[in-house]
Amino acid sequence: MNTIAERIYDFLKNFPPFSMLSKEQLLSICKSIHVHYLEKDNDLFITGNSIKNEFYVVKDGAIGLFEEKTNSLVDKCDEGDIFGLRALMRKDNYKLSATAIEESIVYSISSELFEEYITTNSEASNYLLSSFVSNTRYIESDTSKVEKENEKILDFFEEQSADYSKNPIHCSEETSIKAAALIMTNKRVGSIIITEHKKPIGIITDKDLRTKIATGLISIEKPVSAIMSFPVITYPENITVAEAQIAMMKHKITHLCITKDGTPNTELTGLLSEHDIIVIRDNNASILVKEIKRTTSFIELQNIRQRAEKILKRYLNQQIPIIFITKILSSINDSITNHIIELSLKEMPTLPPTSFSWLAIGSQGREEQLLLTDQDNALVFENVSKEDYKNTQQYFLNLSEKINKGLEIVGFELCPADMMASNPKWCLSISEWKKQFKSWIKTPDQDNLMLCTIFFDFEFVYGDKKLVKKLSKSIFKAIDAHEIFLNFLGINALKNPPPLSFFRQFLVERDGEHKDQFDIKARAMMPLVDAARLLILSKGIDIPKNTITRYEKLAELEPQNGDIYIACIKAFKNLLRYRTEQGIMHKDSGRFIDLNTLNKANRLELKSCFKAVKEVQDLIQTRFKLSHFL
Amino acid sequence: MNWFKKKKHPPFWKLYIECFKEKQNTDLNQIRFVVFDTETTGLDTKKDRILSIGTIAVIGNIIKVEDSFECYLNQELFNPETVKIHGLLKEKSSSKIEEKEAIIQFLAHIKNAVLVAHHANFDVAMINQSLKRLNLPKLKNKVIDTGYLFKKTKLDTSKNHFSLDYLLERFKIPQHDRHTASGDAYITGILLLKLLNILRKQNSDLTLNQLIQNNNRRGLL
Repeated sequence: MNTIAERIYDFLKNFPPFSMLSKEQLLSICKSIHVHYLEKDNDLFITGNSIKNEFYVVKDGAIGLFEEKTNSLVDKCDEGDIFGLRALMRKDNYKLSATAIEESIVYSISSELFEEYITTNSEASNYLLSSFVSNTRYIESDTSKVEKENEKILDFFEEQSADYSKNPIHCSEETSIKAAALIMTNKRVGSIIITEHKKPIGIITDKDLRTKIATGLISIEKPVSAIMSFPVITYPENITVAEAQIAMMKHKITHLCITKDGTPNTELTGLLSEHDIIVIRDNNASILVKEIKRTTSFIELQNIRQRAEKILKRYLNQQIPIIFITKILSSINDSITNHIIELSLKEMPTLPPTSFSWLAIGSQGREEQLLLTDQDNALVFENVSKEDYKNTQQYFLNLSEKINKGLEIVGFELCPADMMASNPKWCLSISEWKKQFKSWIKTPDQDNLMLCTIFFDFEFVYGDKKLVKKLSKSIFKAIDAHEIFLNFLGINALKNPPPLSFFRQFLVERDGEHKDQFDIKARAMMPLVDAARLLILSKGIDIPKNTITRYEKLAELEPQNGDIYIACIKAFKNLLRYRTEQGIMHKDSGRFIDLNTLNKANRLELKSCFKAVKEVQDLIQTRFKLSHFL
Repeated sequence: MNWFKKKKHPPFWKLYIECFKEKQNTDLNQIRFVVFDTETTGLDTKKDRILSIGTIAVIGNIIKVEDSFECYLNQELFNPETVKIHGLLKEKSSSKIEEKEAIIQFLAHIKNAVLVAHHANFDVAMINQSLKRLNLPKLKNKVIDTGYLFKKTKLDTSKNHFSLDYLLERFKIPQHDRHTASGDAYITGILLLKLLNILRKQNSDLTLNQLIQNNNRRGLL
């Protein structure tokens, strides 16, 4: 009999990581929850406060996390969002301030309860760990570019198998403390493992020497067993960084012993310290890329692409930030395409008559394609004399056919709309391409605008980069000369307004194969993609076509609209993840969502995505003065 | 005769009385408030009986779910009219306890806390009647009425009596588990936090005594 706890349970069970706990576990957490009431502008904690022994979940209202220096809103937490996780990581002070943006009710959960139930549940702890990582990511991002790069690597590293130090320094139980300290000093290490028949039985760290020896508590002539910590925590050799971090957190230790079978009963083979985790820089995906380069047939590549799919699934499950997943998958796809082009070139009877460049277009050009879908590509070659044109084009058409076929074998289906380089329309010289783009820009009718949205997002994959640069330049020039084009592109970007009554009345497909399903691509993702493309084109800058990169650039250029663009980035990441998960679940493109699979947390996520779409569309309507066009 | 009377009191009452011997904390941020509600067979404090008691503690602006109490009582008296409100049937069940046991547990839980309820006079009178049937004196705790607190805010002076439903609506408090003792106690707890916040803004030196209704203004049941 516990009406209140059950009511809290009914609420929390809809949100990760609580949804990952058993009913009994979650109910016992609910029985000890504290309920906070905050009026608008009340603080829950402020930057620099020493951490409280609890973390928070928003029940009603909204809590803003603010960066103190700039007083900028870093994150907004509403119903079901968790924050204040720093307490669990045993950091000393809050880095952000938590202030109620609206009148709010917030639940707090003590760290002890968390340790009891959540750290022992690897799904839940992985979720929290990555939430912590993604929560903190924003904080340091306004510093220099170099640091940003480092952080991205750090953010991502948790998935890799941990690179521990082999042959750790060790000594026997009888060794004197003084002798052990001398070994540590000579070898310049901060810890030494005490072994018996090569099995680890204890460990001494610098801290033990500080707290137990330097304080005069124990004589340095005593054996190491007098001050060693034991038993040691052991793990097998294939421990991942994520597992290692969780283990250290759980046991409140900084060193893990690696043994042959992961138990203390086998030979010690390594030592993994907190420090090792920080210096790890390599990753699994790079191994795949190396393998790709060694393959000699399309079939082998198919196998590698399937392995990439597995990595994708694992990353999604581990809630690794989607932006890193896309980067990794894109680099794998790029390497595969590159290798297919090289293999195809070898099959050609002659060398290419002139330089060329292979382009990915559409979502592949934007590097937003996580699942295996249709291939979209094009080819541009250097200008040749009029009489050579036909033969040159024919050569590249033949080459493209081989490449398209190769991609098909690997798993990228042929494009049903024939947006491929083997189509004579999309295999052109640089001059012909320039002409083509100019004509689209001059006559922006419905069909041409559609083609623009696909072909404007081209990205260099293989060949002569200069050709691509020239093409980009001429496009910006053409747009400059026909400014009205941007207004048409603007109207096109607004043709899918967000469904604002999303929860009361779903906007679903009325008929056809996907009747009663929600088109996440057309209704949520394309509006964000279109808006980003338009805004970046209007700035006349040539940057990677990736939607998130575009919004990041926009936020940098227009700090006054930073909030909107950051909301768009967050929305797009969520949608991309969501679509990929749906695609994996249903083994399709993930474009159409079955409404029955939406849980409450998903709905909330979608709701905030639509808010972002609405905001950026409002901005476009004002900026391009589109109200009288609509 | 006084010492004789005292001696008659059972140990649980003595333990309860002990709690009041220490000087009570009067800092509003440290006081232990116990918000409570009773579900009853009717509104006649003399005739009707308690069917359920629910409480939850509030300390320093925080509702502590682990510091709560909930029980259902076996009662001979039954009123089909009020079943529609609280949904409690007469049927005996193993999870129900006898009135005496409920009072023992309730007193052990509240100790010397400041009691809080909406239209507290009624709930306090119901408990006092139970105590009387056990030949015990009245509750010793200080009592705060959230209905009175709202009047004190002077946000609405049109009426003298404000129902819990009206205040929940006004303060946009979601009505989960309305008309279960625990549910109402929790909701009243949220209401208490909101009202204290408003009163603190109006008067930064707010004291406990200012929150307690003057006794001779009783009688609003």
